[in-house]
Amino acid sequence: MSAMAAPRASSREARSPSGGGQTLSQKILERASGLEHVVPGQIVDGRVDLAMCHEQGAQAVLPFHQMEAKRVWDVDRVVVAIDHWVPASTEGAAKLHQILRHFAAEQGLKHFYDVGNHGICHQILAEHGWVVPGDLAVGTDSHTNMLGAMGAFAVGIGPTEYAAVLALGKIWLKVPTTIQVKAKGHLARGVYAKDLVLRICGEIKVDGARYKAVEYTGPTISNLSMSERFTICNMTTEMGAKAGMVPPDEKTFDYLKPIAKHAMHPLTPDKDASYERTVEIDVDGMEPQVACPYSPDNVRPIGELVKEHVKVGQVFLGSCTNARMDDLREAARIFKGEKVAPGVRFIVSPASTSIYKQCLKEGLIELFTDGGAVFTNSSCSACFGGNMGILAPDEACASSSNRNFPGRMGAKEARIYLMSPAAVALTAIRGEISDPREVL
Amino acid sequence: MQDTIEGRVWCVGDELDTDQLIAGKYLTIIDPAELRKHVLENVDPTFSQQAKPGDILVAGENMGCGSSREHAPAALKAIPLGAVVANSFARIFFRNSINLGMPTIEAPGVREIFRPGDTCRILFKEGRVVNVTTGKEVRFPPLPAHLMDLLEQGGLVEKVRQELQRAEART
Ligand code: SF4
Repeated sequence: MSAMAAPRASSREARSPSGGGQTLSQKILERASGLEHVVPGQIVDGRVDLAMCHEQGAQAVLPFHQMEAKRVWDVDRVVVAIDHWVPASTEGAAKLHQILRHFAAEQGLKHFYDVGNHGICHQILAEHGWVVPGDLAVGTDSHTNMLGAMGAFAVGIGPTEYAAVLALGKIWLKVPTTIQVKAKGHLARGVYAKDLVLRICGEIKVDGARYKAVEYTGPTISNLSMSERFTICNMTTEMGAKAGMVPPDEKTFDYLKPIAKHAMHPLTPDKDASYERTVEIDVDGMEPQVACPYSPDNVRPIGELVKEHVKVGQVFLGSCTNARMDDLREAARIFKGEKVAPGVRFIVSPASTSIYKQCLKEGLIELFTDGGAVFTNSSCSACFGGNMGILAPDEACASSSNRNFPGRMGAKEARIYLMSPAAVALTAIRGEISDPREVL
Repeated sequence: MQDTIEGRVWCVGDELDTDQLIAGKYLTIIDPAELRKHVLENVDPTFSQQAKPGDILVAGENMGCGSSREHAPAALKAIPLGAVVANSFARIFFRNSINLGMPTIEAPGVREIFRPGDTCRILFKEGRVVNVTTGKEVRFPPLPAHLMDLLEQGGLVEKVRQELQRAEART
């Protein structure tokens, strides 16, 4: 890791034509494109600081060769982290892994998180300091937005585009307008970052931030841990956004100092930045939230669902949104000494192998399995309906993940309710959607 | 790329997400011809069998929202559809489609003027989508030059190939 540049509030006195200052996206894309001044709507070529792929990267190999590209532009800026089918559960998945292993060997890609050292791709980037403030990062997964919590512009792309990035080390991007989300107030006991982001999804809606960036600010965001900021930025994807970000602060630097893989270039938005709109959220008195079928923006306060006695057949504690140590510990606090309700399956899947090991050390694997949960190896697991934990048509599932579109976790009729890890844990015990505040 | 195309219309609604376009269980498939068999199977099981080359898919709001899976536009392109037109698109789906060289047009209000089986004509440079069957039409801002170039070159693969060749010629 090289020396960190001092944070700077404003890189220069440039101002956009509207007379306002610049957003974090504008500043990062200026840095990436080497342009003095960029404005929303402008198309720029940005130098990429980090390119990540999971299994979808296998689909980039053919276009990479069709482009007649010979070498990956910079092997130290490329991370491969397989996560959807780990270890391979079908022949098709095995082939994807094999294509990636061959490509990595051919190109000398050293940063390959293969079976045994694996985790959900976004968590791998976060844990190992692959994305740092000021970066332009791309990944072959829509939730790459999660890394915006580092004060970076992190964006999901498809595999053909990923091939182009591997070949050229750059990507064209339209400079987005920005929605500012300002959160104030204290999250009550039993109410979490997940509840806050669900509430924001309910407000902005699944297409409210299309082609736009979202900047999260305000005292509530400043008070969140890095893990909680990951949860928030992760679900920016569910608002249709291009990127979601938290301006970097001391917490970001403290988190990254021991692990950052390259130099930080911390940038923060100008105080008078021009936002397309500002969404203000006061979390004082907010109750836990639940996203109901079949959309992440169909958000209701949990109390309403508790009254309706919504029964579930499966409960999932996992995914890149909420399967870090703080999530698993909080769920364990509720689940300790309890049992899974009769007729309910409780699947717990940590977000990475290092989290798995930490759970082992802290006795969490025993705690969950003693109560009748199944504790799986780390992967995307039941989140996407293509590997394990698949739902039958008439089932309902309480999940700590991020999406509940029809067919997301299996049958298209299956109903998925998104909520916090604590709510998930209590729902596993009671077999119907339950409010964690009742036991905390 | 032709400046005007015409094709038979298929319609889908709002918020057609990538899980509905191609389900998670098919994501290990790479071959577009295989993918095409499963495209939209939960929404309209007749589509994959009956859609013909040159047909045009007309969608509502936020077409292709959800994941980054290129399987979704790749499966549509395998038909090959003549174009996908929608009131609005999700970002990654739009990029993926253009990168694959599939004409992708955002024209607010377009879903409302079409019914399945109508004939659709798209005039790219003029920025018009016409329902030949009813005579109704909507206008759209023509694609930025950058994206028109991409389509004209047949997609991102060809564009990057040429760029790399030029770079090599210089050295
Ligand atoms: S955990 Fe779910 S949302 Fe996250 S990368 Fe995996 S499949 Fe996607």
